[in-house]
Amino acid sequence: MKVLVPVKRVIDANVKPRVKADGSGVELANVKMAMNPFDEIAVEEAIRQKEAGKVEEIVAVSIGPAQAQETLRTALAMGADRAILVKCDQAVEPLDVAKILKGIAEAEKPGMIILGKQAIDDDANQTGQMLAALLGWAQGTFASKLEISEGTAKITREVDAGLQVVELKLPAIVTTDLRLNEPRYASLPNIMKAKKKPLDEKAPSDYGVEVRSRLKVLTTEEPAKRKAGIKVSSAAELVDRLKNEAGVL
Amino acid sequence: MAILLIAEHDNNTLSEQTAKALSAAQKIGGEIDILVAGQGAKAAADAAARLAGVRKVLLAESEALKEQLAEPLADTIVALATGYDAFVAPATSMGKNVLPRVAALLDVMQVSDVIEVVNATTFKRPTYAGNAIQTVEATDAKRVITVRTSSFQAAGEGGSAPVENVGAAADKGLSRFVENKIAASDRPELTSTRIIISGGRALGSAEKFEEVLLPLADKLGAAIGASRAAVDAGYAPNDWQVGQTGKVVAPDLYIACGISGAIQHLAGMKDSKVIVAINKDEEAPIFQVADYGIVGDLFQILPELEKAL
Repeated sequence: MKVLVPVKRVIDANVKPRVKADGSGVELANVKMAMNPFDEIAVEEAIRQKEAGKVEEIVAVSIGPAQAQETLRTALAMGADRAILVKCDQAVEPLDVAKILKGIAEAEKPGMIILGKQAIDDDANQTGQMLAALLGWAQGTFASKLEISEGTAKITREVDAGLQVVELKLPAIVTTDLRLNEPRYASLPNIMKAKKKPLDEKAPSDYGVEVRSRLKVLTTEEPAKRKAGIKVSSAAELVDRLKNEAGVL
Repeated sequence: MAILLIAEHDNNTLSEQTAKALSAAQKIGGEIDILVAGQGAKAAADAAARLAGVRKVLLAESEALKEQLAEPLADTIVALATGYDAFVAPATSMGKNVLPRVAALLDVMQVSDVIEVVNATTFKRPTYAGNAIQTVEATDAKRVITVRTSSFQAAGEGGSAPVENVGAAADKGLSRFVENKIAASDRPELTSTRIIISGGRALGSAEKFEEVLLPLADKLGAAIGASRAAVDAGYAPNDWQVGQTGKVVAPDLYIACGISGAIQHLAGMKDSKVIVAINKDEEAPIFQVADYGIVGDLFQILPELEKAL
């Protein structure tokens, strides 16, 4: 079967985001960008399923500016077979992302779509679930294990109380959690090969989607800062202060 | 304005997360109904009916709803949608799983992880692992909202709302529950406890994690948490993880042991009232948010701490 893996270009996970002084957003100019870490896990999982003989073709998709090509090339270098860039310079909210992906899914007819459970910029955690709703498919969110069989997939999900195992009818949506796998680094020869892999360019209108903001961002501000406290010298002093100064014991 | 609040429960008991999300719903304002969707969930529905300020409790029961699978639960909520202007759920693994599905079916853009209700249509929410707080105005006709419950006090009891049975959506058979793998524990829950003692990779093994943290947690009546590094290394189960993508907590006292303080971890605990950090690296970022810090070997300090209590 074919697997679709949507990937998002976000601020690198190791960079500390800085809020712009005028409250208009987060500084993204001259900041290192990378593939959303949960999407890397999604790409890796698709590749492992292909290596295990469960998947024939992996199509990576990104919705974003021209530079999102780099993110797609990373997915191709890891092992995706081809890529689709839906070019859009404005920010696209999860609901519109899901609508565009629905259009791609209808054209590509994948047996499974594997997505990161959330992007580390907007932290929305919505796209996979929304896409499942729009397609009328089953969803297995926050997956830490994926076993594909004939016509079904067994997903182990990370939930608040521990783990939950569900069986989904295919085609289905899977969203990745941290423990699903450890993504590989692309080797240099594979990075070179990725440059020759096909990358199609599309627009949201190709899928009948007109991108618009339904959530108006009024301001973006830094969170209230905690001030650093004091160092204490012993466990006994700590207990004393927690009892008598902080009053929490 | 009418709000439908989706209850967090395990059929027998109502989670405190429901009462916290109810507080957020009350700040939005309007008549609030609570949906308890499950199987054999009358006890949870009765508990919801006792919460203060609830108009009525809707009880939807079916085999498919027993484990609150996203597909039948979302369909059940959407079938009730015409009567409501807003849909609210705690941002638990249940809320995060189900509500975006509801939002898409209603053609609404969801507001995730609300930490403050500014007014009926405007909300504050954290982005970039809590490093940037957005104030957003929802412009869709209906609102779909998940609530970061650590930011809201639990609503009180004293209500006596009527419990009404409503229909559960037909199961389309898209997904099937197989099993839960949940370790039985009589420890307090991470998201509702007063004290958390949390361990990082410095603990070194699952055995040390238990050996060093458990006695202290028992003495304090504390829940146990863990950093992502400790969970990835297999020292602690996933449901102990505190952080941006794990559980977000705000206890009275948070004791971080051998946790360096990556931004993703800080995002999950920096709203705690008092933070204690124990780490041998005095440059560790955790000290920048800690009220009290001890620089030293946690294998030596934690037993001392236990004795001093």
